[in-house]
This record gives sequence, structure tokens and C-alpha cells, in this order.
Amino acid sequence: MTGSLVQHAVLLSVVLFTLGALGVFLRRNVITIFMCIELMLNAVNLAFVAFSRSLGTFDGQVLVFFVMTVAAAEAAVGLAIVIALHRHRDTLDVDSFNLLKW
Amino acid sequence: MIEQILFYTLAALALVAAIVVIAQRSPIYSAFALIVVLCSLSGIFAILGSPFIAVIQIVVYAGAIMVLFLFVLMLLNVQKEADDPGGSKPLRTAAAALAAVFAAQVGLVIARARFASGPEQYEASTRKVAELLFSPTFLYVFEATSILILAALVGAIVLAKRDL
Amino acid sequence: MSPLIQELIEKALVVGIVTHGLLIVFSFCTLIERRVLAFMQFRLGPNRTGPQGILQPFADGIKLFFKEEFIPAGANKPLFILAPAVAVATAFMSTAIVTYGGALTVPAFGFLPEWLQGRVIELQIADLEVGILYLFALSSLGVYGIVMAGWASNNKYALIGGLRSSAQMFSYELALGLSWVPVILVTSSFRLPEIVAGQAGWFWNWNCFVVFPAFLVYLVAGTAEANRTPFDLPEAETELVAGFHTEYSSMKFALLQMAEYVNMITISALGVNMFLGGWNTGLPFLPPTAAYGLVGFFTFAAKVAGFLFFFFWLRGTLPRFRYDQLMHFGWKVLVPVAAVFILVTAGVLAALA
Repeated sequence: MTGSLVQHAVLLSVVLFTLGALGVFLRRNVITIFMCIELMLNAVNLAFVAFSRSLGTFDGQVLVFFVMTVAAAEAAVGLAIVIALHRHRDTLDVDSFNLLKW
Repeated sequence: MIEQILFYTLAALALVAAIVVIAQRSPIYSAFALIVVLCSLSGIFAILGSPFIAVIQIVVYAGAIMVLFLFVLMLLNVQKEADDPGGSKPLRTAAAALAAVFAAQVGLVIARARFASGPEQYEASTRKVAELLFSPTFLYVFEATSILILAALVGAIVLAKRDL
Repeated sequence: MSPLIQELIEKALVVGIVTHGLLIVFSFCTLIERRVLAFMQFRLGPNRTGPQGILQPFADGIKLFFKEEFIPAGANKPLFILAPAVAVATAFMSTAIVTYGGALTVPAFGFLPEWLQGRVIELQIADLEVGILYLFALSSLGVYGIVMAGWASNNKYALIGGLRSSAQMFSYELALGLSWVPVILVTSSFRLPEIVAGQAGWFWNWNCFVVFPAFLVYLVAGTAEANRTPFDLPEAETELVAGFHTEYSSMKFALLQMAEYVNMITISALGVNMFLGGWNTGLPFLPPTAAYGLVGFFTFAAKVAGFLFFFFWLRGTLPRFRYDQLMHFGWKVLVPVAAVFILVTAGVLAALA
């Protein structure tokens, strides 16, 4: 019974991860892309928790803890970069940040 | 039984909200939809026997990271994306197709795999998670994350401040 | 009757009593606050509706109910309607973890069903293992109601109110959470009943004396979390008209007010449980379980009333912070004080162990 629950949780995690990746490809607003990355991280967290449940250990939980810490640090730095970009370009469209493009 | 019903309801909610996140042109709507995803995932964590992670999920993700996102969105007064989709159409189609192939492949593997149902009594209580977190296995990693957070703190201030 | 059904009935009873009790306390809080403020400013306050104005909350309720529901033309309609709902829902959900006095013993009255006679009823809706972390999570969700209201109103004052509130609650939540840590360290539990049980005996066992600096931090951060003066910048009426609820009228306005007062009551009840000994009387010869547990309940109620009076008193006394002062105080004073005190507590506990 719990086995199928775990399986469906991992499936859900795959679908959420794919949706997040798709969002990164399709959206053009930097902040939305950023949120899609958060979605992908969360999908991975779900997989960790589900595997941890399946194996009966707590290592997955600790890893989720670390993922969240990194996500928080990433959000702080990322949003600071977004604010700095917006100050220079007055837009958040990724296509306009092409100064380093050949 | 109640667990199952709750799980599938929350899973459906998370899926719909995740689709809204990537389908919306307005970033504010995306942000609120992402909050719904995070809250339903927190519920799923609780069902899977991890109350501590469920609560931390809300505190850190929904309570801190998303508030930061919303704050920046409101501060910069971000508008909707333009109607014409950027990039070339074939590339976007290719991206969507690639994502579908990826999901199908991994999904197929998982659907075929057989998962152990784990112990009958599984409750990752805060104390147990903390004992593992502060055990020699993870202690140094934990200390490393504090350095990471310090670096992020300094980095964010340096990046966002106009003139130091 | 099977034990499961009995437990369900008991829990439904507790939920009903807690929810309705909070609504009653909320409505009379508005009246008492106005009377107390009037007293402090040498006015009379509302005293016309019924003896001493006791019916004023009902009059206010009826008035708000019959006001026009107004949605501004440029407002984002779904979010505008959702915002009060989110605010109220998170406010009420966070009350689930709070203990409202110790256990009550049902007297053996003849007219009660057999299983209810002599049953001990805990005055808490859910005793989760994660305990106050749950409350922390929900209080961090509570900010969304305000942010949504501010953004969806399409009004610059409302938007500034929402922005201020997101930054303020974000900053002070940190101090609030850090102020809980010494208590958790002393009790080594997240569960409120255990935290209260750890403060039994004489009143100098109460956490407000044991971890005094944490109590001070909690008072300040709690006031900011409840958006009360001197931290009511999200709705500063002299600067922002009414802040995030400028465009709200009728029952939506009432719901936003309700959320705010319920949050204040939760902060008070939590402060009493964590720092002021909860339902312990502070005198070992007067156990809270005396008189069917009513002693404990009334001790708790009196302490919460004192806490609420403290909030009213602050509003009557202090001027509002300036925004930069608020941020400066939160990040450069409260958070370091709380963090250093955690180190001190942990050090003392390690030395004693």
C-alpha cells in the first residue's frame, strides 16, 4: 500500500521536475525562470522524502534540509542579481541580457 | 484510506498549480501558484511521514523564499510578458518535445520499478532527524552550509547595494 | 460508543469552543481596546450601545454587514477576494496548536452520557510533534493575506503597505523564531503542553524569569508580528490612509480585522504558554487542576487578558517607528540579541549538564 504511494510520489516528482524544466525553456521573465528552478528543486525534495520513506532511513530528510539551505542562499543571491540587472537594463526579459553573446 | 485520498488530492493540486506556474504570463500569478505547489508538497511530505520537513518546507520556502520573490516582484513592478513568444518557434517545440521524452522515459522506469514499502511505523521525528544531522556523517556538511549562507549574505548585499 | 467516535466528538467540541471563543474574544477585544484607549486619552469611548457599550461589537458587526461590497475598477478581482480569506484561514489555522489552559475534567452530572462523565478534556485542538514549528510556519504564511490585499487593490498606498508588511514580517519573524529557541533548549521539546509543564511550581520557574532576554525579544517581535503600534507601519493611517486595507469595505474589511485580532490573541496565548507559565498559577499549593481544572483555565485567561492589555497600553503610549528605524532595530538589535542569548543559554545548559 505504502509502496504504491511512494511510487506515485516519485512519479509526481518526475512530472513536477519536467514542468519546471519546461518553464525554464519557455518563459522569458528572469524571475519566472527562477521560480521554475525552485519548482525543480522541490520536485527533487519530494523524491528524496519518498525514497527516505521507502528505505526507512532519515538520510533523505537531511539531504532535503541541505537542498533547502542551498535554495535559500541561491534565492538571496539570485534576486540580488535580478535587482542589479533590472537597474541596468530596466527590463527582466532574458533576451535583452545579451551583452556577452557572440 | 484517508492518507490515500489526501495524497491524491494534494498531488492533483500540486500538478495543476505547477502548470499554472509555467503557463502564466504574469509573474505574480506564477508566484502565488508556486506557493500553492509548495504548500501541497508540504502536505505530501507530512503524509510520507516527515512532519519536520513538511514544516520546514513551509517556513523556508513558502515563508521566506517566496516572500522574497514577491517582494522583488512588487518592488520592480514587473509587468506581464509580451504576447509574442521569444525565441524561434521550432526551438520551443523542440524543448517541449524533449521535456515530454524525458518525462516519459523516467516515468516509465519508475512505473516499472518496485519500491520497498518501508517499515510499517515510520515517523521521522525532529529529534531523529536532528540526531542524524549532527552526527559525524553530516556535521561537516552542515558547517559548510553555514559558510555558504554567510557567503550568500555578503554576496547579496554587495550585488544589490548601489554603492558600498 | 466506540472510543474513536468519542474522541471525534470531544475534538469537535474543542474545535467549536475554541473557534467561537476566539470570535467572541475578538469582538470584545475591539470594544475593550477602544474603551481602554479612550480612558488613557481622557475620553469616554463607545458607551452608548447597551450598558457600558457592551453591545457595540454587535452594532459594528451589523453595520459592516450592511455596507456596500466595493471592488475598485483596476483591482485584480480574484486575488482581491482571496486575500481576506487567506488572512483569516491562516490566522485560525495557527490557533490549532495553542493550548488554552490545562485539562478540564467533566463533572459527573447525571444528564451527561456515561463516557463523558469524568473525562479529561485537553484544551488544545492538535498536539503535534513539531509543535510550535507549525505555528511558526503558519505565521509566515499569514503575510500572504496582507501582501495579496496590498497588491490586488491597485492602489499605491495599499501596495506600499503590502511591501512594508512583507519586509517587516520577514525581518521580525526571524527574531520571533530566535526568541523561542532558548525556551526550546530549556524544555528540550517543541510541544506546548511539555513547555508549560516545565514551568510548574513557584512562579520563579516561569520562563520569563529563566530566559528573561528571550522574553523581551518575544514581546517586541510579537508586537511587530501582530502589526500593532509601534510597529503598525503596514497600515500607518497618517502616511498610507489605511495601508493594505485601504480599498476594503464591508465584510472583507471585517475579515481582515478579524485576522489581525486573532493573530494578536494567538501571539498573547503563545507568549503566556511559553514564557508566563501557561495555566500554572505559580503557587505550588494551588494546582491548576483544582476545581475540575477551572483554576488553570482562569489563570490562563487572566494572563492572556493581561497580555492583551499590554498591547492596548502600547498603542495608547508609543508613537510609530519610522521605517528605517524599524529595519535597523529588527536586524541590528533584536536578531543579534536573540542569537547571542541562544549561545548563552546553550552554554549554561551544557555547563550544567
